[in-house]
Amino acid sequence: MQNVNKNDALRGLLGPSGPEVGCDECFQKIDQYVELELSGRDPDEVLPGLRAHLEGCPACREEHDSLYALVSSERTLGKN
Amino acid sequence: MSLVEPILRTDGTGVAGTTREAETSRVVPLDAESRDWLESLRGVGPAYDDAVARLHALLLRGARFEVSRRRPSHLHLRGDDLDDIATEAADDALVSLLERLDTFRGASRFTTWAYKFALLEAAVKVRKRAWQGREIPLEPESWELFSSTGRDPEAQLQQREPPAILRRGIENVLTPHQRRVLVALAVNGVPIDVLAERLGTTRGALYKTLHDARGKLRAHVAESGFDIGEWLEAET
Repeated sequence: MQNVNKNDALRGLLGPSGPEVGCDECFQKIDQYVELELSGRDPDEVLPGLRAHLEGCPACREEHDSLYALVSSERTLGKN
Repeated sequence: MSLVEPILRTDGTGVAGTTREAETSRVVPLDAESRDWLESLRGVGPAYDDAVARLHALLLRGARFEVSRRRPSHLHLRGDDLDDIATEAADDALVSLLERLDTFRGASRFTTWAYKFALLEAAVKVRKRAWQGREIPLEPESWELFSSTGRDPEAQLQQREPPAILRRGIENVLTPHQRRVLVALAVNGVPIDVLAERLGTTRGALYKTLHDARGKLRAHVAESGFDIGEWLEAET
């Protein structure tokens, strides 16, 4: 077992160390978070606790990654 | 889906209602495109029908994007299955979004806000389809992930090694429900939506259970005189 995989497993078990929002609040604010990221601003300053949740919740992280990829690709193509 | 939930602290206290939270939820001026979407979707007649059709097309694009991203890790799902999932996801996302239209505050562009509904519906459906008919493992399938030396757990515990301390914590400080949820989600890799459906609860409620279990486990490790951050850093 690679150390990095074991480390990921332990992080999954112990979760983020700081305060975090729940899944519902994450969904409520994830669009704003992604747009702040795409604009080059620091989303953690505006939406505290959301990054920690993304570290601790694989499902919300997958959905964040998809939204970021979709919106950034559409902006690159000039659709939005 | 509840839209008001307190921020979670590892000590179990909440900080909802802070000034910063209030600032982030305020209504902001809409960009022109978002305003057009809202006006059309609040209208009537052909203009409304056209807006709904355009919105469904946008949601279908989002759902197909998500399904396409998941395809490499779900090779057993056929192309027809994935197309069906994308269409169902777009349909369900449309209903969900229209029910929540009045909650849009312009914190992002309307299209970004809309896409998240399609991505959520598609992601959840793919996870559930992938686990359809599979038994949910609620007991540890393997402790190997937490074995740093290959020695037996008692020997590790005597040497105060993290895997043994964690395992002892899981077995002794969590409630049976917390243990089942933590093991299923964080050890066995069961998707949270799948577990929520099988246990008849919600994703938010399960995550709260997971959060509380993690907090207890962290406290147990700290009480054992162990520095989690230092150990994780050393393993990176």
